[in-house]
Amino acid sequence: MDAILLQILNGLDKGSAYALIALGLTLIFGTLGVVNFAHGALFMIGAFCSVTLQRILNISYETIDPTKTDFLGNPAKIKTPYVESWFGPEMGSSIIEWSVPLAILFAIPIMIGIGFIMERGLIKHFYKRPHADQILVTFGLAIVLQEVIKYYFGANPIQTPAPDALEGVAQLTSTIVYPIWRIVYFCFALVIIGAVFAFLQFTTFGMVVRAGMADRETVGLLGIDIDKRFTFMFGLAAAVAGLAGVMYGPINAPNYHMGMDFLVLSFVVVVVGGMGSLPGAVAAGFLLGILESFASMKEVITIVPGINQIIIYLVAIVILLTRPRGLMGRKGVME
Amino acid sequence: MFGLDKKDSTLLLIVALLTMLAPFIFNPFPTDSGLAQFNAGYPDLMQRFVIFGIFAIGFNILFGLTGYLSFGHAAFLGVGSYSAVWMFKLLSMNIVPAILLSVVIAGLFALVIGFVSLRRTGIYFSILTLAFAQMSFALAYSVLTPLTNGETGLQLTLDDPRILGSSATADGSIPVTNLFGLEMRSAYDLVIGPWSFTFSAGYYVCAIVMLLSFYLAIRIFRSPFGMMLRAIKSNQQRLNYTGLNPKPYTLAAFVISGMYAGLAGGLMAAMDPLAGAERMQWTASGEVVLMTILGGAGTLIGPVLGAGAIKYMENIFSKINDNVLHGWFAFLPDGIEDAIVFIIHPFVGKGWHLTLGIIFMLVVTFLPGGLVEGGQRIARLFNRKKADDPKSASTEPAE
Amino acid sequence: MGILEVKDVGKRFGGLKALSDVNLSVAENTCHAIIGPNGAGKSTLLNCLVGKLIPDTGSVMFQGQSVLGRSPHEINQMGISRVFQTPEIFGDLTVFENMMIPLFAKRDGAYRLHAIESVMNEKSLIEEAEKMLEEVNMLDKRHMHSASMSRGDKRRLEMAMCLVQSPKLLLLDEPTAGMARADTNNTIDLLKQIKDERDITIAIIEHDMHVVFSLADRITVLAQGTPLVEDAPENIKGHPKVQEAYLGEAH
Repeated sequence: MDAILLQILNGLDKGSAYALIALGLTLIFGTLGVVNFAHGALFMIGAFCSVTLQRILNISYETIDPTKTDFLGNPAKIKTPYVESWFGPEMGSSIIEWSVPLAILFAIPIMIGIGFIMERGLIKHFYKRPHADQILVTFGLAIVLQEVIKYYFGANPIQTPAPDALEGVAQLTSTIVYPIWRIVYFCFALVIIGAVFAFLQFTTFGMVVRAGMADRETVGLLGIDIDKRFTFMFGLAAAVAGLAGVMYGPINAPNYHMGMDFLVLSFVVVVVGGMGSLPGAVAAGFLLGILESFASMKEVITIVPGINQIIIYLVAIVILLTRPRGLMGRKGVME
Repeated sequence: MFGLDKKDSTLLLIVALLTMLAPFIFNPFPTDSGLAQFNAGYPDLMQRFVIFGIFAIGFNILFGLTGYLSFGHAAFLGVGSYSAVWMFKLLSMNIVPAILLSVVIAGLFALVIGFVSLRRTGIYFSILTLAFAQMSFALAYSVLTPLTNGETGLQLTLDDPRILGSSATADGSIPVTNLFGLEMRSAYDLVIGPWSFTFSAGYYVCAIVMLLSFYLAIRIFRSPFGMMLRAIKSNQQRLNYTGLNPKPYTLAAFVISGMYAGLAGGLMAAMDPLAGAERMQWTASGEVVLMTILGGAGTLIGPVLGAGAIKYMENIFSKINDNVLHGWFAFLPDGIEDAIVFIIHPFVGKGWHLTLGIIFMLVVTFLPGGLVEGGQRIARLFNRKKADDPKSASTEPAE
Repeated sequence: MGILEVKDVGKRFGGLKALSDVNLSVAENTCHAIIGPNGAGKSTLLNCLVGKLIPDTGSVMFQGQSVLGRSPHEINQMGISRVFQTPEIFGDLTVFENMMIPLFAKRDGAYRLHAIESVMNEKSLIEEAEKMLEEVNMLDKRHMHSASMSRGDKRRLEMAMCLVQSPKLLLLDEPTAGMARADTNNTIDLLKQIKDERDITIAIIEHDMHVVFSLADRITVLAQGTPLVEDAPENIKGHPKVQEAYLGEAH
């Protein structure tokens, strides 16, 4: 029993990331009708927002401490981050320590901005082009974004540790210990997903967007400027992906190709959930995350070797062939 | 010539001349000159030009003609490589059985994957092929290690049986790949004044295979089968109501293009007898998509051009480092020199993928027909008169 | 016994009854029109005939063989060709290539791998294609990119593509919808010519009474998914039930 619970828990953090990325992909696909291969790159940029903030917070000035010397006998240089001198050493160091959660605030405007620029500058021109062209141009964009990040941050992963208070493990039951940050990540994902759904459900803006997802032409006929709203949706989707990336940093140190790694799987998640279905994307994200975790159990691997590597693809193939619309796909979407 | 019309024969002839004279064409700069780094006439790179040319020609038969965008074609290339290396291990170092086996195995593999994937169209088809390729990649890395040797990659060893050959040469090293005795590694250096040209047996074998593949592709493009494939891309509904079943046609195209990929993989192993799983990764599949689009999907010469362009850029661009840049711009005042080097720096050397991504985006956005369309546009600019001629305005698939 | 026999066909979409108890017999070498107000189920019926939809009940027999459960390409191979409301042609291909494809389908069946021989070596098929193009006055356009043609030309090309297969039954789905008067008249003339010169049965779905009465030998009026009346054109004109069904319609 505990073993099962543990596997479910283990699946939740990856599942959360899949769900958040797939949610954004589906929002973009459902509203704009665009297949965005650059969405993984947005996830990656989010993670690097937190790296950037960490670096900004660590900008330091040097003072010479005459009482100490380094091993060469020179007076020791001490680096003090500016934040520490502004907010006092204690407050300052805890700001640095909490840089990952703080990066949420930092990342939101940046991601929305990037989303706006992407939509207005590039994606807009591809609404009427074939899906293959959309895939290709966003694939190109993904390469560009990835290479830019690689250029500025290098090819090696960069640690973005969680705050000390959230670093350790929690004793969930007598036998299960589980990293606190993963629980945080899961709760964070639930909050974001809940917020997106509430936004779509309870605001007039969200209502129009949902109507637009169901039938774009008719909403256009009502004289509602759907395009502006869709631009905003792109920004929102970018922000969701970005936040997923920010918070994922402590679980897996950000590197420039993490976007591509997640993108392929997220596409599979979207297809399994059903193209254009938001609940489908979320459900499939968690489902596949958990399945993947079960498949990596020792007991399972000994029976079916290698299953953990391919389970997601296998599920996707079976679903696509038996239920072409995915778990919760609507009729008439991309058939 | 060979059952082709005049236009296609000319095209084939030009490509044949280019590939046969490639050691000269790609080595225009004297060996000692500062521009020698732009020389691409060394066997290893030229082999890659033509091998990826074959890969892209095959991919184009599927994507260019039917419009089905496969994101998993590298899997067939990888399977081809593995099969060939196994042939070298078990049978002999002759490349003929190895390449034959890689084509056959890749074809069978494509038959299975295609049969399943082609039950869906559009983005679903792309995702299915992607899923299959990623699965093969993951399996090659893990469970199939006995067959693929996992992360290390499949290599030849001295203990390989090689029943028709010998496990080791007289001096105790691993034998080299050959074509009935002609060693793939053997090369002849021709030195004319400051120039030096290398003629490698391996390159010429690859080039001849590429020409044959190209010739076959022309025949396919001009055949009723090729026309059906274009009709599938154009209007499947009409095709159905005209009494034709699109499925076997697309499956045949898928298998043929998978066999081309297997051929490319087999040749790759024949030139350098090792095979690794990274050849199957989806980024490798993405690369052949880039080549085909960059050159011009649906055209005959486009994929070859695209493959050449990308492989050339990969090799040449990635070799340009800051020292080289400073060397070029040394004639400028220091400040301007540094500024220019600073601006160019991210796009060359290790950053050449950035350049590739930007070029690719520009091509998809502004020049969906790729380099071939670009060439046609330029030709039209210079030659308005010809464009008014109704015959050249006809829309046979462009060369 | 007609060439096409539709018996007790019914089709539902969820709660909506699109067709019920449709009985129809199309006699060989006649032109049979199916008319009815919008939403009467005309297109649904047509889709049941060509394999796009499978009716829930009843049977559809063509020359004594059932077409139910067969896919569109099999039904075409039995001798039924369909012309769409908006012309469906191979837009990326030339007019000549558009003509060659139905000829290959007719000669080689639903699938045959001809991957090596050039299309240009098929002399007899090329002749046939050119003859047909000449018949519809399009020979001079044979190298044109078919997507760039006018709608009228596309319509003629589509008809030529159907006719070159010498089908036994030609199904027309509102062939003049959205056409200008002159184009409509041209189409009527073309259809009349086809009807007079060939051994062919035509079933036509049409909204435009002018077209129907110029062509049809027999008319079925469909309303709310069931045939209301079936009779010769001269009897349909003044039929009270028909007028009732069309009340409020423009025609």
